[in-house]
Amino acid sequence: MSHTLTFNTLTFGDTWVLLRELPPRVSGIDKAVPTESTSATDQADRQRAAWMAAAQAGDQRAYARLLTDSVSLIRAVARRQGVPVDTLDDVVQETLLTVHRVRHTFDPSRSYDAWLSAIASRRAIDTLRSHGRRDRREVHDEFALDHHADRDDASAGAEREQEATRLREAIKTLPPGQREAVEQLGLKEQSLAEAAERTGRNTGALKVNLHRALKTLRDRLHGES
Amino acid sequence: MSDTSRHEALIDTLGAELMPVRRLLPPWRRTLGWLLAVALVAVVLFMHYGAGTMLRRWDAAPDLGWAACGAAITAITGALAAFVLAVPGRPITWAWLPVPSALLWIGASGLGCLRAHIPGMPVLDLHGANDCLIFIISFSIPLSGLMIWLLRRACPLRPVLTAVMVGLASASASASLLEICHNFDAAATDLLMHALAVAIVVVANMIMGGRLLSKA
Repeated sequence: MSHTLTFNTLTFGDTWVLLRELPPRVSGIDKAVPTESTSATDQADRQRAAWMAAAQAGDQRAYARLLTDSVSLIRAVARRQGVPVDTLDDVVQETLLTVHRVRHTFDPSRSYDAWLSAIASRRAIDTLRSHGRRDRREVHDEFALDHHADRDDASAGAEREQEATRLREAIKTLPPGQREAVEQLGLKEQSLAEAAERTGRNTGALKVNLHRALKTLRDRLHGES
Repeated sequence: MSDTSRHEALIDTLGAELMPVRRLLPPWRRTLGWLLAVALVAVVLFMHYGAGTMLRRWDAAPDLGWAACGAAITAITGALAAFVLAVPGRPITWAWLPVPSALLWIGASGLGCLRAHIPGMPVLDLHGANDCLIFIISFSIPLSGLMIWLLRRACPLRPVLTAVMVGLASASASASLLEICHNFDAAATDLLMHALAVAIVVVANMIMGGRLLSKA
């Protein structure tokens, strides 16, 4: 079943791209004839599907191995979508978070690689779009840069103050858990252990909340400017 | 923090908060769940109107029967396509699934306007055709809402296409239900109203459903 689906959703060229990206310990080969490499990819795919099935049941070790293994796959998909090298890791982070959120949608009788590729591809497109929007907002005018004096310190200070106000406003609108993580870890610069003790949350939850909060803030501030 | 250690940190964190999850039911079972809701409405309508008029219409004009079959099959295939497309990694070609039955539905409905009228059965005027529009839209709203609610537990990576399937399934299900209490012969005004109602439901789903599903 998974063999058929892999070929339905991944083209032959895709399989080669994935193979190039996979470390030898995963694919089991470095450079091999297409038929052997295909079966090795298939085998690796089945292994990952089995890890995900275990992860759905709560197996943390299988989950960690799966996610570590998935990083190279996600990078391959993102590269194929035309994501620039410097933002590939943003796609990896976003995809890992999505995988975690929607892991219940994976059917272990089907291809894990096809499932992951679809999510990574979507997140890659999202990243490209958000960067496209940001690039369009930025103006590159060398003449203006050369002929206009830098603003004086007072206006720079006022601008910084404005930015700080916007950031404070954005933090206020975060959900309580995320706000708490930003305040304790980001603003008060407490260690994870201190913040965990103060808030009564475990360090894992605090890290996830901080990560999500930063993403939300980034989206909001870039969206407004 | 380097990118590799950033990933490792995130993987450690996600692993630490890993909880067992209840796997999503297969799309065909989720489709059956939604169709059950449609079937319940059909039972209520049959209890109220009976099947006599509907069968007499189909007997006198088989094209109306074919159109109703096309609508009912579109409801099933459209719902299945929506539930399949909401799972990551499924081929986009599933979106073609409701197309043949939709063509049968549209084609047979159109043919109904070309043949001779059924003796003794009234032809719908514009006012009556408005009722059809209201019927299809008002039944489509809860059916679309139910399906979008069910789909939000999945992960529709193509929200707009999935929402189009939702609209098509709900509109065709409503048109099938309308068949039970639609005591009129086919006419151009009626067909136009049906087409308008289906178009409104599909476009509304595309706009609103697409947004709701993209946040899922």
